[in-house]
Amino acid sequence: MAAPESLSSGAGAVLVAPSRPAQTVRVSEHTVEVVSDPGEGAQKCGQIFGQVSARMGNGVWTVEIIPAEIQPPPRLPEGASGNRIRLGSGPVTNWGDETNLVIAFNEQVLLARHRVGALATDAIVFLEDKWASSEDPAIRKAWSAALSELETGNPGYRIRLVPMEAQCHELTDNPRKGKNMFALGMLAWIYDRDLELISEQIAHAFRKKSPEVYQQNLALVQLGYHWAERELDFRIEVPASPARKPLVVMNGNEALGMGAIAAGMELCSMYPITPATSVSHYLSEVFERFGGIVHQAEDEIAAVGVAIGASYAGKVAFTITSGPGLALKTEFLGLAIMAELPLVVVDVQRGGPSTGLPTKVEQSDLLAALFAQPGDAPRIVLAPATIEECFHVMITARRLAEAFRTVVIVLSDANLATGVTPFPRPSLETAWQAEPPELGIGPDQRPYGWDPETGLSRRIAPGQLGGMHTLTGLSHDEQSKVAYSAGVHQRSTAMRSRKLATLQGLLQPPPLYGEAAGDLLVVGWGSTKGAIEEAVDRARSEGLRVSALQLRFLSPLETGLKRIFSRFERVMTVELNYSDEPGDPGITEENRRRGQLALLLRAATLIDVDCWTRVPGEPLRPGSILRAIRARLAQGGAA
Amino acid sequence: MTGLCTLPGCGDAGGLDEHEYTLSEYEGARARWCPGCGDHSILTSVQRLLASEQLVPEQTVFVSGIGCSSRFPHYLNTYGFHGIHGRALPVATGIKLQRPELSVFVVMGDGDCTSIGAAHWVHTLRYNPDLTALMLDNGIYGLTKNQTSPTTPQGWVSNTQPHGSWLPALNPLSLALGVTNASFVAQTAEWVPAHLFATLRAAYRHAGFSFVRILQRCPVYTPALYQRAIQDPERIRLLVHPDGIAVPELAKLYRAQITHDPADLSAARQIAELDDAIPLGLLYRNASRPRYEVVRRVVPRTASERAAALETELDRYAV
Repeated sequence: MAAPESLSSGAGAVLVAPSRPAQTVRVSEHTVEVVSDPGEGAQKCGQIFGQVSARMGNGVWTVEIIPAEIQPPPRLPEGASGNRIRLGSGPVTNWGDETNLVIAFNEQVLLARHRVGALATDAIVFLEDKWASSEDPAIRKAWSAALSELETGNPGYRIRLVPMEAQCHELTDNPRKGKNMFALGMLAWIYDRDLELISEQIAHAFRKKSPEVYQQNLALVQLGYHWAERELDFRIEVPASPARKPLVVMNGNEALGMGAIAAGMELCSMYPITPATSVSHYLSEVFERFGGIVHQAEDEIAAVGVAIGASYAGKVAFTITSGPGLALKTEFLGLAIMAELPLVVVDVQRGGPSTGLPTKVEQSDLLAALFAQPGDAPRIVLAPATIEECFHVMITARRLAEAFRTVVIVLSDANLATGVTPFPRPSLETAWQAEPPELGIGPDQRPYGWDPETGLSRRIAPGQLGGMHTLTGLSHDEQSKVAYSAGVHQRSTAMRSRKLATLQGLLQPPPLYGEAAGDLLVVGWGSTKGAIEEAVDRARSEGLRVSALQLRFLSPLETGLKRIFSRFERVMTVELNYSDEPGDPGITEENRRRGQLALLLRAATLIDVDCWTRVPGEPLRPGSILRAIRARLAQGGAA
Repeated sequence: MTGLCTLPGCGDAGGLDEHEYTLSEYEGARARWCPGCGDHSILTSVQRLLASEQLVPEQTVFVSGIGCSSRFPHYLNTYGFHGIHGRALPVATGIKLQRPELSVFVVMGDGDCTSIGAAHWVHTLRYNPDLTALMLDNGIYGLTKNQTSPTTPQGWVSNTQPHGSWLPALNPLSLALGVTNASFVAQTAEWVPAHLFATLRAAYRHAGFSFVRILQRCPVYTPALYQRAIQDPERIRLLVHPDGIAVPELAKLYRAQITHDPADLSAARQIAELDDAIPLGLLYRNASRPRYEVVRRVVPRTASERAAALETELDRYAV
């Protein structure tokens, strides 16, 4: 980003006296953060700014900065809460690298962002100034220590102190609750946002509150706007290009919920777990209008049990969870697979194992989704790669679950769940909502009339005349009769497995991003797509022969992978899970633990697939991936 | 959840015609329980119930967990769902939510219901869906060969507690009556077939979650569990009331009777706590409790209605 010259008035300087007149700096992208203690509304400020920017035609990717606690003590680095908005002239597919401009409500949350390396070395920093003159000597001391750490840590920050609360006092007795709108006003002036659209978004955001609340918030926005106009000598322009197609803007969890509605599903059975729960918040608000309900069960096990009961009795139901909940549902998933009941399970992944990082992203549930099951239990595993795909994956998941009479696990993650970006408005089809296609009594009335070629059979639901049988999780024959004989178990296990081969036969080779041959192929899955492809773009512009491949089907894998891989000198997965790095202490080629997709691809292709993976509790940055690409290529030689 | 069945082949055709179902039409595979097992008697009573209520076999689902008693659905000619240990109730709740028109029964053992599935038991009592739940309580894990269950009497020797069960047995009646929104709690015994049948019928006819504890002997591991009560009818307290379960022919055998109004919850709780006698009968019934599948009922939508509403919803998110 081009630095506004007028702000570069010395390394680490605390700017107090802007010069005039305001100069507009034009950039192709800019990343903004608003960060506060929880409950101070930085998230709302950031969300509205992102939505307005999207409506104005900018590419936008918004992520939440969330602490694990609801109300941690104030002024603690670990309580940092807010929103990060990456604006672009074109589409923005991921959260990007470092932040260029930050508004911080206290120095401790700013420090938190500095310490995790979130801020660009030349970041413009707006910091609430009231803490410097606090009556509490401990706060004054913490302030001085923090500013000193920031200045020595990175002399490049351009820090501007802002009397946010003092300004807000003009309009409210509780400026702590109002300064988020003041900050929104500042951003509105800096980025020249449409105040009419801001007004509309505020009206929407506070639609459940009184008109006075709306008026008050709008006045605070104007206060911040005019303050910035008066005090700042720069503006930033990220040229926008109005969309040619109609767009919608939402986060991945809203897209999942809306996708479930579009798929005609009518029961979401769940138990609260971060970061999946907001799917149910969204659905609880709207689902009944669509003839559906959210059932909040007594635990994760009951949640999937109710979904299985409902699926058995008709249209497929779905359950949403995250890693710990997926673990609890394991036995029931085995039953659904064994009894060939359709079921859709959404796992919005977070850091693990155990309670792990409840609010932060990771892709560590892949192997659990694929294999965490005693006994042989083939299931379908899908991974949406974008927020738009979160919508469409639910339609695919329902169709596959019913057509293949099995469990479909959808692996989303906290990055997609909380990221907000515009995407083309879906063109709805009523066919997505059709009644279960395979239900019906076959001529021979067998509950498992397996086609030996495909493993497929027609499902029978209770109520159907002539279809009575007892479904069981015990090994069973085509009539659903309990059968312990080796021959029957061999055959029925083969039939359940064959369904995956049948599905794979219907899949196409995945599309390559970039050239079909080269020195390095980067393979990812799920939400890393945008960051990987951006890194590959940058690498190619440096002359590196790199392409990318994003897998949406993890079970069964898409076809042709071995052939695709063989055209590259090296193949490397990039994943948000743990792997040992070659060269780590004690790590050898023999004992190296690899990324989860890498492990899978090595087994599936017998190609020496390398990996570069991290578990930072945040999405991968394109810049980090680019450095990994450079480093791997610098090692040279075929894999 | 539409509450309507639009699936192909479904419908009430079976009920519309004049066909009268005989007892044998409800019989499934030959039961493989041990000779002398109380399950046989309960199966017979259930088949009698199905015939006397003329339940349409295709419109009836028996859901079970895992254990000896959970083989139940295999021995009936209805739809059956033999699931996993302890989890019959969530499955049955899901079926009822999707298809309220079906008659759904749940058969559980004491381990199934009061141990591994205890959370579901408590919460299903509270959800109060219209299910008929039978807890076949023989006070032992039989299928896995003689382990102590929560309802095993204190001091009883098993393979896992060879010095005798350490703790007093869990009281399923007290627990059930302690759950908010519980609407039907009864106790009967496998060796009193007339009472068993009358209780099952009252349970089936109750609109809500009917919890029936059926006292039962395991002929292999707990044959003597209720020996004293069987030999000495004075140890039984027959609950009698005009609103209760009437089995007049038992009046002579069980002369120790308690007149108990099943609407009286606190009296029910006292009866459940009797420590020197076994109550048989209806402890509590309240047909006005909210039922989950009723309070969650929503207006069904057609595909085109849904699509139109979703367009409006997408408008809210339009850029």
